[in-house]
Amino acid sequence: MPRPAVERQLPDEESRALVELTREIARAELAPLVEDYEASSRYPREQMRLLGASGLLGLPYPEDLGGGGVGYEVYLQVIEELAAVWATVAESVSVHTLACFPLAGFGTPEQRKRWLPDMLGGDLLGAYCLSEPSSGSDAAALRTRAVLDPGSGDYVVNGTKAWITHGGIADFYSLMVRTGGPGPEGISCLLAPADTPGLSAAPPERKLGFSSSPTAQIHLDGARVSSGRLIGAEGQGFKIALAALDGGRLGIAACAVGLAQAALDAAVDYAGVREQFGQPIASFQGVSFMLADMATGIEAGRALYLAAARLRDAGRPFGKQAAMAKLFCTDMAMRVCTDAVQVLGGAGYTKDFPVERWFREAKALQIVEGTNQVQRVVIGRHLSRERG
Amino acid sequence: MAEPRRVLVLVKYVPDAAGERSFADADSTTVRTTEGLLSELDEYAVEEALSLAESGGWEVTVATMGPEQAGAAIRKALQMGADAGIHISDEALHGTDALGTSAVLAAAVRKFSDEGGCDLLLCGMASTDAGMSVIPAMLAERLGLPQVSFASQLSVEGDTVRIRRDSETATETIESRLPAVVSVTDQINEPRYPSFKGIMAAKKKPVTTWSLADLGIEPAEVGLAASWSPVTEVSKRPPRGQGTIITDDGEGGVALAEFLAAEKFI
Ligand SMILES: Cc1cc2nc3c(=O)[nH]c(=O)nc-3n(C[C@H](O)[C@H](O)[C@H](O)COP(=O)(O)OP(=O)(O)OC[C@H]3O[C@@H](n4cnc5c(N)ncnc54)[C@H](O)[C@@H]3O)c2cc1C
Repeated sequence: MPRPAVERQLPDEESRALVELTREIARAELAPLVEDYEASSRYPREQMRLLGASGLLGLPYPEDLGGGGVGYEVYLQVIEELAAVWATVAESVSVHTLACFPLAGFGTPEQRKRWLPDMLGGDLLGAYCLSEPSSGSDAAALRTRAVLDPGSGDYVVNGTKAWITHGGIADFYSLMVRTGGPGPEGISCLLAPADTPGLSAAPPERKLGFSSSPTAQIHLDGARVSSGRLIGAEGQGFKIALAALDGGRLGIAACAVGLAQAALDAAVDYAGVREQFGQPIASFQGVSFMLADMATGIEAGRALYLAAARLRDAGRPFGKQAAMAKLFCTDMAMRVCTDAVQVLGGAGYTKDFPVERWFREAKALQIVEGTNQVQRVVIGRHLSRERG
Repeated sequence: MAEPRRVLVLVKYVPDAAGERSFADADSTTVRTTEGLLSELDEYAVEEALSLAESGGWEVTVATMGPEQAGAAIRKALQMGADAGIHISDEALHGTDALGTSAVLAAAVRKFSDEGGCDLLLCGMASTDAGMSVIPAMLAERLGLPQVSFASQLSVEGDTVRIRRDSETATETIESRLPAVVSVTDQINEPRYPSFKGIMAAKKKPVTTWSLADLGIEPAEVGLAASWSPVTEVSKRPPRGQGTIITDDGEGGVALAEFLAAEKFI
């Protein structure tokens, strides 16, 4: 029996219809494919196109540039709904939205008019390239170098980007590259199309989870990117990258809450029918307290990411709360998915139930877009800055 | 540019099969649920109208007869891309049978036609709740229009509509002049999902409400009391009994086969 839908607070009738549409597509088009696609590491490109045609690949961007014009409060709840059915798809929508941010937030009006409508239109998929093999948490130490060739007016880019979601299948890449000296001030942002000569993807990594989502290194081997594709000014790239991550982290937080919700629902269902010692295991306090803690963590996580989202929608600073939401929600999801495996016992450890997969997927969310240690670093910095 | 031709799609608001259900009254089989939606089978008719419109020169209106909540069926069709909606709603309509419904719809079609012409009427092959499949025929009869039912393919050329109807033994190709009443099957197309842009656009599309008075119908002609076939009693289906459990002690397969044979499944 399907569990009742999550009770949502949404601002208007249109956003309720949007969430309804998301649920309908998730139920009818995504749910039947998850197990097969995850087992065979197959990316649901056609289903992403359907989400695109439905307007889900540009939700939080302005309508006049092809976006949906909705706030993060609504966009994130769409992500959460998707994640409760297929985390790979939710993460994919979130990463695509992240990849569009540099142009949407920092491009010139001409650049935005030229490229953004296609990027938000639903047919294209974007990737966000910050990490490198030798710089993950210390992203400002990145080494990929871009040198302007005055003759052609192109940047010539050399280096390797690492762990890139959509690597090899993306249509455009938001690249953070070094155009100046060491440190954050030497970094710039380029928007490179997938067919950039000299840009290529390594074979996808073999991962613990998110198997249907390709993660790959991107090699830049004398890649030529027109200087017209510099987003923002030279040296502004790191600021752009961090601003993008503030929003991206909220996407990851919403993914985590959706994943945890799915795990809770499965655990509650199982605990209600599995009998031991002559009664459903849910009737044992040891199990029901575990379920109660899981449900409480989920509600708290949802409330926290929505509080951060509402700050963002009101145009207020939200970076600290976004880091808190990412930290709290993904740690919570890891705990909830671990406990869900526990509630299902031996069955939970087998691939006959999806909870072991959710458990593996939750782990990634504690690492991506800044590890949870880095989130604490970010929160700590905000605290010292506030003290002055 | 020539005036667009007008197609009217008749749709029904039905209970969500996944929702909680109860009977509306003791003397009616009308099912009440907390949630209802556009009948799935009518989505094919809406989709067919929308693809006609995309081929150029057609304007799509959807009409439904039903209580206030039935507006949701119209809204869904508008979100999918229909241009306008007509909601026929009146207290006195509660409990109206198929004959009464077809009379009301026929009056609505006449009014729609008087106001701007009607070149084609599209319906689903049945409603997903009552499932009688009689409305298209009754409507065609009342309007004196040709009826072409169960189309699994449809094309319009000039003033002719051509459909394909598949049966177990034959495939028929049928032509009719327009206007005509056409019902479509669930094989005819793959209904689209609305898009978020469609959801936003639907807000601004016109929905007209018509009462029985607007259609010149007396309340006494419709409703429960005017039903030709009154429902005398409604009772819930008794809960299902305990199933048969076969314990597999090595002979489980044989026992299972015997059970299936006894129940005439094999
Ligand atoms: C599935 C997946 C998808 C990804 N997608 C993308 C993508 O699309 N784009 C992209 O740019 N990157 C992506 N990444 C990379 C991801 O952002 C990095 O893995 C992450 O930032 C951590 O960097 P690292 O792996 O180099 O770990 P390291 O930085 O080497 O960290 C190793 C450990 O040390 C800890 N640590 C490091 N510094 C500190 C410190 N100062 N204080 C305390 N602890 C510290 C970390 O928390 C971690 O536990 C992805 C990663 C994964 C797993």
